[in-house]
Amino acid sequence: METGTVKVKRGLAEMLKGGVIMDVTTPEQAKIAEEAGAVAVMALERVPADIRAEGGVARMSDPEVIIKIMEAVTIPVMAKARIGHFAEAQILEALEIDFIDESEVLTPADEAYHINKHLFKVPFVCGARNLGEALRRIGEGAAMIRTKGEAGTGDVVEAVRHIRTVNEDIRRVVNASDEELMTIAKELGAPYELVLEVKQLGRLPVVNFAAGGIATPADASLMMQLGCDGIFVGSGIFKSDNPAKRAKAIVEATAHYRDAKLLAEVSKGIGTAMRGINVGGMKPEEKIAGRGW
Amino acid sequence: MKIGVLALQGAVREHCNSLKACGVEPVEVKYREQLGEIEGLIIPGGESTTVGKLLVKHGMLEPLREMGGKGFPIFGTCAGLILLAKEISGNDQPRLGLMDIVAERNAFGRQIASFEADLDIAELGPEKFHAVFIRAPYIGKAKEKVTVMAELEGKIIMVRQDNLLAAAFHPELTPDLRIHRYFIEMCR
Repeated sequence: METGTVKVKRGLAEMLKGGVIMDVTTPEQAKIAEEAGAVAVMALERVPADIRAEGGVARMSDPEVIIKIMEAVTIPVMAKARIGHFAEAQILEALEIDFIDESEVLTPADEAYHINKHLFKVPFVCGARNLGEALRRIGEGAAMIRTKGEAGTGDVVEAVRHIRTVNEDIRRVVNASDEELMTIAKELGAPYELVLEVKQLGRLPVVNFAAGGIATPADASLMMQLGCDGIFVGSGIFKSDNPAKRAKAIVEATAHYRDAKLLAEVSKGIGTAMRGINVGGMKPEEKIAGRGW
Repeated sequence: MKIGVLALQGAVREHCNSLKACGVEPVEVKYREQLGEIEGLIIPGGESTTVGKLLVKHGMLEPLREMGGKGFPIFGTCAGLILLAKEISGNDQPRLGLMDIVAERNAFGRQIASFEADLDIAELGPEKFHAVFIRAPYIGKAKEKVTVMAELEGKIIMVRQDNLLAAAFHPELTPDLRIHRYFIEMCR
């Protein structure tokens, strides 16, 4: 019996496909998420909208918060470590967390390098804005990718930009002749072998979820129709005025993302979405998607 | 021949690819009306609580339970095994409850304990079957009418009861098609 293999790490991500992963800060919220049909929860001290509002240094959550959430639900539990902070990741692995998000939502701990994720038995998910960034993270051992979007804003525009960019980059690779691939790899800043794999598969070699600004069932459907494998909802659920209803609606919208009649039905009477921030009006230094290298 | 893959959540694509590799046309089943078009159904791995809730919500749980009780072939992998079990240890989540087994959820431990192993499955011949277990369940108890097809370290991980087949692991994640072929034979 062999544990911690690439296959079992990527395999868990495969099992989450078509599902919704929800940010939660308490065991009660985790139970609401599970009851609504979430495939996993992300255990946090503060949701991204609050991290953004409060400022300061955002770090890995208190292990006590994480453990209580792990005890409250039977679905997988994820937690965030700072970019490059392998000691936080080691602590999360010691807690037997199911997935680690090396996340730009927290304050980066290293301005040049990400965590060597091959050294861990627990799988990692990382954010990406384009194919090069996604393949660099996979090269470092990530078992799952998500769009970065712009976390804590409730504005889906950046997540759309990121999945569209990844899709355009993949089409370019798929249509390229073999002799063009090394130059494309150089331009993308991506490992050649992974570029080759993308050409063969016609998609990323790991699961790719949407994250960063999804707030409504329609947002979830949009991201699924653009080719994402599933949805992360951060602040969008517990910053809305009826979290349980909205959570259920987003789960259904993700499962039946092409069924506009059903989407109309589940979008009715779910209360007000989080107020949000228009990303177009933000200063570049206020955006967090630029974190990561 | 058309075999359905329940496409509410989980490893749908992989099962479809395995069926295609066996020369069978897969149908992604999202609605109750589609159940009439297929000769068997695979319930893939995913989160059993999520899939169970969506089955209830879209009125598929009862028709599927009725069909399964009347001989319609169903194959559950991982979460699918849990949904087929009559009893789920310590849990009252929605299920089909067709097989006389007790499923123990996440029984090998959390993700860090997920593993790959080579199994002896006599029905498939002498060659071992390389299997991937992800937060896998096992079967705590199986009644007499249930045939145990594979065990690992004394734990039951694959069973058949007439038209119903269940595996705690993921044959859709490995290129060995013998288990899919076995299920296709059950659908003929």
